[in-house]
Amino acid sequence: MMSANVTTPTPATTSDPVAPVRKPATKGSLVPPRLLPVLATFVLFVLMFGTGAARYENFGTAQTVANLLIDNSFLIVLAVGMTFVILTGGIDLSVGSVVALSTMVAAWGLQAGLPAPLIVLLVLATGTVFGLLQGLIIQRFDIQPFIVTLAGMFLARGLAFLISAESISIKDETFRGMSGGAVTLPGDIVITYGVVIALTVLAIAAYVLHRTRFGRTVYAVGGNEHSAMLMGLNTARVKVGVYTISGFCASLAGLLFSFYMLSGNALHAVGMELDAIAAVVIGGTLLAGGAGYVVGSLLGVLVLGTIQTLINFDGTLSSWWTKIFIGALLLAFIVLQRAALRRRQ
Amino acid sequence: MSTSTPLGKLRTNGLLWPIVALVALLVVNVIARPSFASITLRDGHLYGSLIDILRNGAPTLLVALGMTLVIATRGIDLSVGATAAIVGAITTTYIVAAPDPASARAAFIGMAIALVACALLGVWNGFLVSVLGIQPIIATLVLMVAGRGIAMLITDGQIITVNNEAFSVVGAGFVLLPVSILISIAVFIGLVIITRRTALGMLIESVGINPEASRLAGIRSRTIVWMVYVFAALCAGVAGLMITSNVNSVNPNSVGLWIELDAILAVVIGGTSLAGGRFSLAGTLLGALVIQTLTTTVYNLGIEPQAILVFKAAVVLAVCLMQAPKFRARFVRRPKPPTPAIRPTAPAPVPSKVGQ
Repeated sequence: MMSANVTTPTPATTSDPVAPVRKPATKGSLVPPRLLPVLATFVLFVLMFGTGAARYENFGTAQTVANLLIDNSFLIVLAVGMTFVILTGGIDLSVGSVVALSTMVAAWGLQAGLPAPLIVLLVLATGTVFGLLQGLIIQRFDIQPFIVTLAGMFLARGLAFLISAESISIKDETFRGMSGGAVTLPGDIVITYGVVIALTVLAIAAYVLHRTRFGRTVYAVGGNEHSAMLMGLNTARVKVGVYTISGFCASLAGLLFSFYMLSGNALHAVGMELDAIAAVVIGGTLLAGGAGYVVGSLLGVLVLGTIQTLINFDGTLSSWWTKIFIGALLLAFIVLQRAALRRRQ
Repeated sequence: MSTSTPLGKLRTNGLLWPIVALVALLVVNVIARPSFASITLRDGHLYGSLIDILRNGAPTLLVALGMTLVIATRGIDLSVGATAAIVGAITTTYIVAAPDPASARAAFIGMAIALVACALLGVWNGFLVSVLGIQPIIATLVLMVAGRGIAMLITDGQIITVNNEAFSVVGAGFVLLPVSILISIAVFIGLVIITRRTALGMLIESVGINPEASRLAGIRSRTIVWMVYVFAALCAGVAGLMITSNVNSVNPNSVGLWIELDAILAVVIGGTSLAGGRFSLAGTLLGALVIQTLTTTVYNLGIEPQAILVFKAAVVLAVCLMQAPKFRARFVRRPKPPTPAIRPTAPAPVPSKVGQ
C-alpha cells in the first residue's frame, strides 16, 4: 500500500518519465512488495501440502484440498469478516461466541417448529445487529475494540447458555439437506454447499474491498484514520460497518457450523476467534491495519487446516501439537511482518 | 475539586463505583441468605461465604495485579491463563516423578522449577513486546495459543493428580485466613510500597502515557516494559500453583481458562484505563473482589451459573462506558468536567495519583 503511494506520484512530477519510473519497479523483485506476504503464505501452503503428498498416500489429491475447504468453510467466512475489522486496525474477539449463539438460535428455533428460511434470516439478523451494536459503541464512544468485543464475547456465549445449557440436535430436513448435500465438480471432486457459500462470501468481500468506495475507505482508515477523516472520508460509517460485517459473517459462519455439526451448543466454537485471527495474520494482513487481502486469509485458513490434516494423517503426533505449530507459525509471521515494516520505515 | 471529604477523595480516585458495586452485591447476598455474612472460627480457621470469596478470588487478584502493571504500560497480557497451566503442569509432573512424591522437598523444588520456567515465559513476552516492538495483544496471543499445547505436552495430555501436603498448603492451606489470599495480599502490599513509595510507579505510568517521550527523558522504557511482563508471568505462575494446589490436580485444558479475561475485567473495573498511564492497585483489588462476589452471588441466588457471562458482559460495558470521555460528556452531568483544559493547574494526570 505504501509503495503504491510512493511510486505513483513520480511520473506526474518528473519531466523525464522513463528513467525514474522504472527504477523502483526493477529494484525490488518481480512481484510488488505488497503482495509478498500473501505469496509467502501461498508458498508455505504449497510446501506443506507437498510434504504431506510426498509422505502419505492419498494425501496429494484434489479431494484433500476440497476436504480442507469443507472442514473449514465456517472458518473461511469468519476470517473474511475478521479481515475487514483488522484492516481498519481493530479486532473482534466476539466472533467465536457469536458462532455458538447462532448455532443455538438455529437449533432452538427449529426445535420450536419455525420454518428453516425464517430461522436463517433470524440468525443472520441477530449476528448483524450484534455486530452493529458493537461497532456503534466502539465508534460513538471511542472505546477500544478489544474491550467492547470482549464484552460481546461474554454476552453472546452467556445468551447461548441462557437459551439452553444442553446441546440441542438439529433434525430439520432443510438443514440436514444442506449438511449432506454436495456439489460434484469435474474430476469427481465433491464439495458441500457450505464451501460454495464460503467462496461466494470471499468473492463478494474481495469485490467490496477493491472495487467500492467503502472498501477503499476501509484501507484508508487502517492506514491513518485521522488523515482519512481529514480527506473527508466517512470513517465513522466504515468503522461501524466493519464490525457489522464481522457480526454478519460470524452468524453466517454459525449457520455453516450448524450445517456441519447438526447441533446447537453453547460450547461450540470456543476459541475459534483465535483461529480466525491467526488465519488473518498468517494470511499476511497487517495487524496495525491498512494492508492485506481476503485471499490471504483464505490461504491462512488453508494453512491451519493443512496442519490439522497433516497431524491427523501422521497419527503418531498428539493433537496438542496443532496448538504448538499454530503458535509457532503465528510467531514467525508476526516477526516477518515486523521486519518488513521496519525495513519500509 | 472536593478532595477534602472522604467521599470526594474516593470519587477522584475512581474507587467510589467499585466500592458501591461491591457493597450492593454483598447486600443482595445478605438479603437472599442472611447466613451469608456469618464468619465462624473452627480449629483456628475462619469459615464462611466471605472467606470463600477471598479464597476463590485470590488467583484472579494475583493475576490482575500483574495485569495492572502491564496495562499501565499500554500493554496487555493474554497469555497468563496458559502460563498458569504450564506452571501447574510442570510442578505436578515434577512432584509425581520425584523419588519421594509426598515430601515437602519435592514440592518446593517442583514449584521453584516451575516459577523459573514461568519467568522465562515472561522474558519471552517482554522480548517480543519491548525489543521486537510487536503489539502486546498479538505478541502474547502466540503464547496463549501455543501455551496450552505446551502444558499438554508436559503432562502428556493427562490429568495429573498429586498427593503432597506441602503443595496443598499454597491453595488450600489456612493460617487463620486462607494461605492463597494471604499471598495475594502480601503481593498487593509489596507492590503498593514499591510503586508508590519509590519512583517506579511514576516511571511505569510515564511509559504508558508516552513511551517515546519517557525514553527521551532518560527513562529506560524498554527495561520497564520487559520487567512488567516478567512480573505478570510470575503472578500468573503463582496463581497457577494456587489453582492446581487447591484441587491437588492439574488439567492442562482448564487450569486458568479465561483467567486473563477475568483479570482484565478486574483491572478495568478498578478504574485503570486500557489506554495506559494511570493505574490503581487498590482499584484492581476491589475489581477482583467484585468479580468473585458476582460469581458467588449468581451461585448463591440459584441463577444458572452460565448466566455469569451475561452479568460480566454487562459490568464491563457499564464500566467502560462510564470511563469513556465521550460517553461522560454526553450522558453524565458534572458541575466541573475534569478535563485538563478546564484545570490549568493540573496539566498532567500523573502527579494526582502519586501520593496514594
